Amino acid sequence: MKAAVIVFPGSNREHDVVDALNRASGSKPQLVWHGEGTLPKADLIVLPGGFSYGDYLRTGAIAAHSPIMREVKARADKGTPVIGICNGFQVLCESGLLPGVLLRNAALKFICRNVDLKVENSDSLFTRRYNPGDVLSVPVAHGDGNYFADNETLDRLEGEGRVAFRYCTAEGAVTAEGNANGSARNIAGIFNARKNVLGMMPHPENATDPRLGSTSGKPLFDAIAEALA
Amino acid sequence: MTTTYPNDLMGLSREEYDRVLAIMGREPSHTELGIFSVMWSEHCSYKSSKKWLKTLPTTGPRVICGPGENAGVVDIGEGQAVIFKMESHNHPSYIEPYQGAATGVGGILRDVFTMGARPIANLNALRFGDPSHPKTRHLVAGVVAGIGGYGNCVGVPTVGGETNFHASYNGNCLVNAMTVGIARADRIFYSAAAGPGNPVVYVGAKTGRDGIHGATMASAEFNEDAEEKRPTVQVGDPFTEKLLIEACLELMETDAIVAIQDMGAAGLTSSSVEMAGKGNLGIELNLDLVPMREEAMSAYEIMLSESQERMLMVLKPDRQELAQRIFDKYELDCVTIGTLTTTGRLVLKRNGKVEADMPVQPISEQAPQYDRPHMATPRKPQIDAKDVKAVDAATALTKLMGCPDLASRRWIWEQYDYLVRGHTVQRPGGDAAVVRLPDSQKGLALVVDCTPRYCVADPEMGGMQAVVETWRNITAVGGLPIAITDNMNFGNPERPEIMGQFVGCIDGMRRACEALDYPVVSGNVSLYNETNGQAILPAPVIGGVGLIADIDRTASIGFKAAGEDIIVIGETLGHLGASLYLREIAGSEDGAPPAIDLAAERHNGDLVRRLITEGKVTACHDLSDGGLLVGLAEMALAGNLGAMLSLPNMLVPMHAFLFGEDQGRYIVTTTDGAHLLQTIRGEGIAAMKVGTTGGPALTGLPGAPISLASLRQAHERWLPQFMSAADAA
Repeated sequence: MKAAVIVFPGSNREHDVVDALNRASGSKPQLVWHGEGTLPKADLIVLPGGFSYGDYLRTGAIAAHSPIMREVKARADKGTPVIGICNGFQVLCESGLLPGVLLRNAALKFICRNVDLKVENSDSLFTRRYNPGDVLSVPVAHGDGNYFADNETLDRLEGEGRVAFRYCTAEGAVTAEGNANGSARNIAGIFNARKNVLGMMPHPENATDPRLGSTSGKPLFDAIAEALA
Repeated sequence: MTTTYPNDLMGLSREEYDRVLAIMGREPSHTELGIFSVMWSEHCSYKSSKKWLKTLPTTGPRVICGPGENAGVVDIGEGQAVIFKMESHNHPSYIEPYQGAATGVGGILRDVFTMGARPIANLNALRFGDPSHPKTRHLVAGVVAGIGGYGNCVGVPTVGGETNFHASYNGNCLVNAMTVGIARADRIFYSAAAGPGNPVVYVGAKTGRDGIHGATMASAEFNEDAEEKRPTVQVGDPFTEKLLIEACLELMETDAIVAIQDMGAAGLTSSSVEMAGKGNLGIELNLDLVPMREEAMSAYEIMLSESQERMLMVLKPDRQELAQRIFDKYELDCVTIGTLTTTGRLVLKRNGKVEADMPVQPISEQAPQYDRPHMATPRKPQIDAKDVKAVDAATALTKLMGCPDLASRRWIWEQYDYLVRGHTVQRPGGDAAVVRLPDSQKGLALVVDCTPRYCVADPEMGGMQAVVETWRNITAVGGLPIAITDNMNFGNPERPEIMGQFVGCIDGMRRACEALDYPVVSGNVSLYNETNGQAILPAPVIGGVGLIADIDRTASIGFKAAGEDIIVIGETLGHLGASLYLREIAGSEDGAPPAIDLAAERHNGDLVRRLITEGKVTACHDLSDGGLLVGLAEMALAGNLGAMLSLPNMLVPMHAFLFGEDQGRYIVTTTDGAHLLQTIRGEGIAAMKVGTTGGPALTGLPGAPISLASLRQAHERWLPQFMSAADAA
């Protein structure tokens, strides 16, 4: 598998996702600096976590207009799998590859802790090693993870099976109590219509080693490695 | 002939100004006087503290570089070195908490990566005023947001820290930030300039008028005009810092750099003077070339600006283009602003005019040094436990677990990204953070500690205890403590009783470091922490670094399984003087702190570490604030598993037994208590079984069981509740 991890100025979790992909697939992804002229051939494109361009305008907003994102969009349109995690999810929303927007957390504070996630749809390249209803323990680390879209969009996402993960309680109940950041309908991750693009706020790459607290994120990388082997 | 003194001596005394005149042989220009003023400020010159700092042990077989450089460097084997330091940003954080704390983090990061290290962890030690003081919430909220805002964005995990509250910090909070980095032991970068003719290159953010005279501000007491000092606080840009880290580390992969130093306190002044001074060279700068973001800055303003995210480098002459290419990639300025000379003089030009021409060496070598009068702190009486109010265990424990100094800090550390980089093995909330080294089974145990109430009661014991507690915390996760950094926070050194606290703490620290083979490799001194003559409780904060040979052979504090034996290692004598029980339950801050037996500390700790690495214990926790029962409760909450206690015959009253703060103790759990007791006692170390793990409560004490649910509520509720009142305000 050849994966390309796009590095924007201010990205900071690129090595975390490189390690997770490397552990799952046995091949080390290529780091691609945003300013490099062309995007190399890749079976998977990753937009990692961090604070691209300092997130000074709006999270992900400046990176979404980076020239390399035109290339990422073109590849996504042709069907190349793309995963955006945390800041990467924000970039995907800002660039129009995914609907909606990530607002400031409801509690108005950065939050770093393990959250419980309910798998909604296992019918995708990314989630096929999970079963619907599985409850995962995966860390979040963000200040702006509060997913928002209008009701029409939310209905469409749900109707088309495009909600990948929701925040829930440890028992798997999708309730306000289990909602880490105030996201609309507890949404933590969504697909595009073709399900080759996944955006999610939690960090599965930080849940792939038992020593680091959880291995709930490992099946996601195993699934990618298996599908793209 | 009598001297005419300028109206504004910029913080220098008349005697110091006389010294300036002697060095210069004439009256200094405005810019020259500004340079003397910051370089001879307490913050930059350590003029009151140096005599005493010199007595600390700073060498050892692992030490590659001790105090005097940007940070300390310690060998951790296999060609790697750990580089670390702690620094205060107390005064700026009180004036403007968000930016003050944020730039504190930024500054200490630069001290570490300037030496060639990739920063892998941040920690912090915070002291705030009484929770009921009207400013406390505002300061906590701002400082925590500032530390998170900066550290989260640069992508360095904030893995540990400590926070205390006490009325003595009402007008003067403490914000001490520590960074730990990893470098190749044969690729350490130093600040001594070399090679006359070599270019002096400025990289990073542009220079503005922010932070002018910050170092001088930090070297004086506060009074009511603290608010007016806001313009002396710098403004941080973590995004630029992130780019600066990557650009510098990329350049450090090449052979381009001769010397490098960050522009921290006193900005371009201290970096240029120190680099030239250490290299016995002169330096000539054309200030017109300095990248500026404001119009018409004077030489004085350029030299004294403390704008953030800037570095000064000496490059090999044929490598300027290479550096330029790397900094262009990150869209950062990289400008040659001068050259090294053989004149031994600092020459500054601005708009074609020489604004300063002064000898470099005397600025540091003839800096004033003071042996300030010091008065020993009078001994406090020993407190007899029989004279201390006894309260039933459940009531006292619940109150202690929810008191401001012991309540859960979750509200704080959940605002920090403690996971980024993907190597955090032990998260905040344990005895020490454990961070794995990339591509390795090895790890580092990291911790910061200080108990100011001990330090004020008996500076020598307090200084000793701060060192020992870091050593014990590192030991309790299975790490081998290898070196420390110190951050000495005290009041006005011109008062003999304050200077006496400083001298006492240093003496205690020295004795502990010597006994534990635990050298000081870097540090920082922050004096004049007083407002309107009210000094803080002295806080010699210690940052400890330990080495873990195998991250799969460590311990954590949570009870692991039901039915395991709980063993206390070390002697329980029921010392209540200067304890949390005495303060929170009996309402007194009196008494001598617990004594420390350094030989016993080492003996007990070395055994505990061995038990952990040999897999003989299932959990471990050192005993400190709140004593035995608090330690047990913390282990139970962390493991979400209670305990059935069966206390042995006590020779002291029960409240002293349960809440005394005797030092040198650990609690461990094991599947085979009898065997472990035999092993420990075989080493001549006191040990006793105090119960068995299991159930949803702490049982076996007089009175009803203490449910974990109620303890958790008391422990977790206080801080969020306190802070949410601020949101409502």
